[in-house]
Amino acid sequence: MNAINLSLSRRQLLQSTGALIVTTAAPVEALAQLAGSAVPAGKPPLHPTELDSWVAVGADGNVTAFFGKMDMGQGVDVAIGQIVADELDVPYGRVTVVMGDSGLTCNQGGASGSTGIQTGANALRNASAEARRLLLEQAAQRLGVPAEQCQVADGVITGGGKRVTYAELIGGKYFQHKLEWNNQWGNPLNVTGKAKPKSPDQYKVVGQSIPRNDVAGKVYGTDDFVTDISVPGMLHGRVIRPETAGAVPVSVDESSIREFKGARVVRKGDFIGVVAEKEWDAIQAAEKLKITWSNAPSIFPDQPSIYDHIRKAPVARHTVEANVGDVDAAFAGGARIVEAEYEWPFQSHACMGPACAVVDARPGEATVWTGSQKPHFVGQGVAKILDLPADKVRAIWIMGPGSYGRNDSGDAAHDAAVMSQAVGRPVRVQGARHEGHGWDPKGPASVHRGRAAIDAQGNVVAYEFMSKGFSRIDMATNESNPSDTLAGMLVGFPNATQHGFGVPAESYAFATKRTGWETIAPLLTKASPLRTGHLRDPVGPQIHFASESFIDEIATAVGADPVEFRLRHVKDPRDIEVIKATAEKAAWKAGPAGTRRTASGDTLAGRGFAYSTRNGTVVAVVCDVEVNRRTGAVWARRFVVGHDCGIIVNPAALRLCIEGNVVQAVSRALWEEVTFDNKSVTSNDWLSYPILDMTEAPESVECVLINRPAMNPRGAGEPSTRPMAGAVANAIFEATGVRIRRAPFTPDRVKAALA
Amino acid sequence: MTQRISLSVNGRVQTIDADPDMPLLYALRNDLGLSNPHFGCGLAQCGACTVHIDGEPVRSCVTPVSAADGVQITTLAGLGTPEKPHPVQKAYVDEQVPQCGYCVNGWIMTAAAFLKKTPKPTDGQIREALSGLKCRCGTHLAILRAVKRAAAIG
Ligand code: FES
Ligand code: FES
Repeated sequence: MNAINLSLSRRQLLQSTGALIVTTAAPVEALAQLAGSAVPAGKPPLHPTELDSWVAVGADGNVTAFFGKMDMGQGVDVAIGQIVADELDVPYGRVTVVMGDSGLTCNQGGASGSTGIQTGANALRNASAEARRLLLEQAAQRLGVPAEQCQVADGVITGGGKRVTYAELIGGKYFQHKLEWNNQWGNPLNVTGKAKPKSPDQYKVVGQSIPRNDVAGKVYGTDDFVTDISVPGMLHGRVIRPETAGAVPVSVDESSIREFKGARVVRKGDFIGVVAEKEWDAIQAAEKLKITWSNAPSIFPDQPSIYDHIRKAPVARHTVEANVGDVDAAFAGGARIVEAEYEWPFQSHACMGPACAVVDARPGEATVWTGSQKPHFVGQGVAKILDLPADKVRAIWIMGPGSYGRNDSGDAAHDAAVMSQAVGRPVRVQGARHEGHGWDPKGPASVHRGRAAIDAQGNVVAYEFMSKGFSRIDMATNESNPSDTLAGMLVGFPNATQHGFGVPAESYAFATKRTGWETIAPLLTKASPLRTGHLRDPVGPQIHFASESFIDEIATAVGADPVEFRLRHVKDPRDIEVIKATAEKAAWKAGPAGTRRTASGDTLAGRGFAYSTRNGTVVAVVCDVEVNRRTGAVWARRFVVGHDCGIIVNPAALRLCIEGNVVQAVSRALWEEVTFDNKSVTSNDWLSYPILDMTEAPESVECVLINRPAMNPRGAGEPSTRPMAGAVANAIFEATGVRIRRAPFTPDRVKAALA
Repeated sequence: MTQRISLSVNGRVQTIDADPDMPLLYALRNDLGLSNPHFGCGLAQCGACTVHIDGEPVRSCVTPVSAADGVQITTLAGLGTPEKPHPVQKAYVDEQVPQCGYCVNGWIMTAAAFLKKTPKPTDGQIREALSGLKCRCGTHLAILRAVKRAAAIG
């Protein structure tokens, strides 16, 4: 796949769409022209049942695949290109993957739940296989040789001493062929044809470490981010948020911003923003605008009491997910009980830049440029807030300043939409740093309780793990409803909190076992800076920090080696293999707590273990930490990560993906905590919301990649985030003999615990 | 009130009329259309907006545009190109460092200036020199590899 081509196509597409409003079909022609493939008019409508919605062969034989998800810099598009190349028998270098544009791709759900390859590839794989079958059929006719006697290589079909190319057969024309569609949108969307995709032993491109397409454009500064999008007539907008959460504007003195050229106030319901011709003017106008806010009550609890609040708050939803055996009877009969509670704070996406979006809302239609990882859904939300039919809004994804779930980018799109509609011009919105940190949806704070009953022989006869916290879906996982965005709530789409949390994902088979969760109401239902939603591996880090710490606590209580104790109870053969391979690679020294501890001067060193699964991916980790007993500083120094996500499509990309997961997860475990006072969030920048810096980065992350060619690919974007906090906590315990049960493990907290 | 300011960026001189207090970042991005420096924080806390001024890494989000009048400004695109890459850029590509890439500008510009002064740095020196930058995607290990590689090929 040609990196320049892809970035060029993006840029030119933008140019083509920026200059004029286009119907959804037109850019396809623009794209085709660009690929040098004169695709004639008459493309079937963009719909999952149309093969032409998934793959196209240009007149030059180059293949374009249309992927309804996107890539955040982990190479999902490369993997999709590899899969398409293998199914179609074309060289990888001839495949271009177009993604994340609702005008060019079907809604495959965007980036979501590490499904980019796991489910996202299914439709592309099947469509490509079907395209190859059709081409083979046509070639057989043309060559007068039965299809079974034809061979395909590099887009050339040979048989009976004759040859014909894909380009000659279909180049620049549409397949006009129907596929079976499972009638699902989003992650589960799948299509099938008559062709059977290849078996893994036939893969040539899958399994190779092919480099990414977007690296050079980022390194040489030639590619656009969403923040760089500029369309003719565009104004710069800023939204103004209240100092006290829940306050709404009562009156506005528009004359206070008269000095700024073209500055205008946009008010709709409780939404208030400003636009100006120049960005710097918009920024200053937003600061200077005199607004009288309503007297909102200071609604948030004192931060130190947040966990008490969670414990005491009425339960909104109670769910038991696993209930094996008579747990209560087993607890009653246990010789002793091991019990512990763990706490995890609100965390911020804290993306590298505050979210940005450009919206051009016109009568009857709109175009959205968004960094949201779910652009199709953002388009649907924007359509609702603008009161337009969904198919009249085109959402184009452009790389934003990072995306780890339901961050602030969908909010920015809705903000820009409201303002663009109000002023009748395209509007670009980017927040200030304090808006990114302060007002993005937060990962939920929670408390977790583990309980185990041990019999006289040291066997675990009962195990219970319960979580209680804010919902992971107070804000829905995507922005298809304005009620899940700040602008939406402010202009009058009331939010109805959905309730969800989760349980540990592992295969421990204790004699009796109960796992479940409880959620509580949000602190503020409308436009809250502490609204909660999906942050990378939603609720995974908190649950498994607690559950894997607790497994270690049981192992300690019975004097067992932590790895041996896990192996004693884990039942899934893949889990067992990953745990063993990881411990072996790390040269794990077996023995009870204290076996893997050293001290020199102020430095206490120790090693910890943790494991978890996530939708079919298994991760185990050995972590070495050093704790400075004087300062309390923790250095998570070395990691050995065992990783089994089925068949590995691109090993080099997978390693880099795991490294990023580890670093971000360590950052969350050691540093990250949203702070707030009674009025609002107070962690509004990088000083008040520190993340791991370079001096604290691990020395090494060694991966043990277990490849399972016979197994469909599972996800890798999040699973290795999951067990890291638990492994670090277990390593701190091993190093110091002190169990840290509240995250993050900041120097102050660790020092206090050691005192 | 606006002031006439002449900006020399990547060897090309252009004149703009701007509020002298406006941060250089907005002049580069909006007046000159040079979008390599990014808005990350506007607080000198992350490095996303870094440019070189007379060879020194400077955070353009807190540098008034008036202070840039008459100096030599270099952006990421001015540092090197695919045809003539700066060693740090080449190493970044070789190591496939970026994820989202929004931070890349700051790290490369800062590392390039650092390596000029410290061509054969230790691991500790690199970590210290880059400690004031942020990468939210967590590409820290790949960055370290790339800077070491750049030092080796530099
Ligand atoms: S944007 Fe200038 S340092 Fe963050
Ligand atoms: S690569 Fe995304 S912030 Fe560094």
